[in-house]
Amino acid sequence: MNGGPLLEVSGLCVDYGAGPGAVHAVVDADLVLHRGEVLGLAGESGSGKSTLAYAVTRLLRAPGMITGGAVSYHREPGQVVDLLAAGEAELRVLRWSQISVVMQSAMNALNPVLSIGSQLTDVLRAHRPDMGKAERRARAAQLLTMVGISADRLGSYQHELSGGMRQRVMIAMALALEPQIVIMDEPTTALDVVTQREILEELTALRERLDFAVLFITHDLSLLVEIADSIAVMYAGRLVERAGAGALLRAPRHPYSLGLLSSFPALHGPRQHLTGIAGSPPDLRQLPSGCVFHPRCSYAMDRCLTQAPQLLPLAESDAAGPQRAAACWLHDGSATAPPELSAPSLAGSQP
Amino acid sequence: MTQIQDISQPPATSAPALEARGLTKHFAVHGGTSRARGAGGARGFRARAQSGSLWRPARAGSPGAVVHAVEDVSLSLAAARVTAVVGESGSGKSTLARLLARLVRPTSGTLLLDGSPVPPGGRGRRDYARQVQLVLQDPFASLNPVHDVRYHLARPLQVHGLAEPGAGIDETITRLLERVALTPADQFIGKYPHELSGGQRQRVAIARALAVQPRVLLADEPVSMLDVSIRLGVLNLLGDLRDTEGLAILYITHDIASARYLADTIAVMYAGQVVESGPAEVVTDRPEHPYTQLLLSAAPDPERAGLTGRPALGSRGAPPSLVTPPPGCRFHPRCPHAMAICAEAAPPAFDVADGHRSACWLHASDLDAAQAVPIAGRKAGQAPAQAPRPGEETH
Repeated sequence: MNGGPLLEVSGLCVDYGAGPGAVHAVVDADLVLHRGEVLGLAGESGSGKSTLAYAVTRLLRAPGMITGGAVSYHREPGQVVDLLAAGEAELRVLRWSQISVVMQSAMNALNPVLSIGSQLTDVLRAHRPDMGKAERRARAAQLLTMVGISADRLGSYQHELSGGMRQRVMIAMALALEPQIVIMDEPTTALDVVTQREILEELTALRERLDFAVLFITHDLSLLVEIADSIAVMYAGRLVERAGAGALLRAPRHPYSLGLLSSFPALHGPRQHLTGIAGSPPDLRQLPSGCVFHPRCSYAMDRCLTQAPQLLPLAESDAAGPQRAAACWLHDGSATAPPELSAPSLAGSQP
Repeated sequence: MTQIQDISQPPATSAPALEARGLTKHFAVHGGTSRARGAGGARGFRARAQSGSLWRPARAGSPGAVVHAVEDVSLSLAAARVTAVVGESGSGKSTLARLLARLVRPTSGTLLLDGSPVPPGGRGRRDYARQVQLVLQDPFASLNPVHDVRYHLARPLQVHGLAEPGAGIDETITRLLERVALTPADQFIGKYPHELSGGQRQRVAIARALAVQPRVLLADEPVSMLDVSIRLGVLNLLGDLRDTEGLAILYITHDIASARYLADTIAVMYAGQVVESGPAEVVTDRPEHPYTQLLLSAAPDPERAGLTGRPALGSRGAPPSLVTPPPGCRFHPRCPHAMAICAEAAPPAFDVADGHRSACWLHASDLDAAQAVPIAGRKAGQAPAQAPRPGEETH
């Protein structure tokens, strides 16, 4: 399923505010989204995952500022667009037709005084000027049908739709121009679990048909493990681990990933006492020294208090999945990782 | 009518700490009845919006329309047990918590505290509040931003005459903070809500509820607003309060995995009714009601990841309008097993195992052929792939 790279983020830094009071919301993020891939971005609130997505699409508003790094979009193999250098006119063309976004809260993202139909055709009017009115209308109806809503709801307003239907409309809108990349920012967080499952099933089916890549942002790692091909875990603005979804589930390398995974009680098997992660996420204005996770980490060593680890590729090779990387001193070769953080990541140990 | 009583009590105890019998709450539809007829506009529109495509449009003009928020729910909370109520939004679980806390007056039904009936109306509210305390979902909203932790914890002590002002009260507050693991307590006692993290705030809210030494703690989605990594800490705190202090705890949640983790007993609510109840692991491992099966098959489950042929959802559609709930079983419009009788009569709760009850006609062994006819129009292939029909296991 995976093709070449589609979106490459390297060394991306985003600050809110400037000068000594600036909050470093994203620090030195490296990510690659491949063609046709679902890349999951997991993290708690305030970990910078949405900020990263907005920075990549250049939708970040002041006081947010991109202070470093590069984002390149591979429109076709060999044709690279530098998204951070692109001007507004160039971005206008790229946005939505190549990269679209499904916002977290469909209640706020849809315009309450316009019908669903006019919001769907609006996208087409802006990007497909050669389409006639009837054509646009037909395409909008087709889009609605595609996400499982009957086309006669085109005249409905957002308050006449249930939460799940609103979110489906948002997805239909994001797919209107058949983009290469769809960024989904917590698309199902506000929904009930049954509705969430229905929408994810539909999304999977649509992806098989239309073959777009997804950057899926959520705090729910247990959900992500199910739907993503590979996963990046963020903590306090930093990527702490990158791995294939199965490898992350079976064999996490970073203590934070391990803690997150053991924060979700299981639906099967004997009930086990879980501890979660001690402490609370840090205040980005007063980050701890060294590794930002060390105050909550039960494996912290002296070195972690003073030196910040970088996200480095791990030596182990995983034939089945993408290259793993972790930002933890336990894995730089000088320390011995405990067994729970060094389980074999190959598929042999599937539960 | 559905009767679910007596959710698996611990064998040794006598009367449960708090028991609800046949609790029903109907809310008048907003806008009242005066404008209902004729004017059509706002009211009819709202009723239509509420029902959406869900079941069928409300009869916009019908006077006295009500939301059937909670319908004939019986539940008992035993000491030293956690009872979880699981349901989607709009299933009436929060209304149930408010009924049990006596914040809303039931349309009918009774509450029994230690086996003796609670007087109707507002009498004895304060004594009741000393026994039964409620913890709300959002600790960012339930603590007063202009008061510090000391004030929040001293207030219930003063209101209920449990502490003299002065040094003694600080000692009591310190002990309370230690009970919810906010230590060292002297660091927290003077803090304001904005200086605390979400998990710490929820702990203060729990300490506030514990201040009057209640016997029943009602926790309405206590962790859903918290960050993932600190939810377990709060859940474990509730578990400790059950184990060490013998509190009867009601844990309301939409997350069936966390209910399985914490609770001894689970009751599943759908559209204002309890559809299944029983020991936590039995309900989650061997669900009997089709709705519980649907809920479990929809829940995120990393262990099923990568396995092909994940069971497709057996049902489509959304919960019904509670203004005009479907006749018969409220789940039947979405149920892959619906039979003729499901549209006609509400199923009673059948005992499917010891302490395990399920309100579904599939458990009835004496249906005649006409009653058991599957409702036409169900698409083939909608039957859930994973479980046998519930009735077949037990009969």
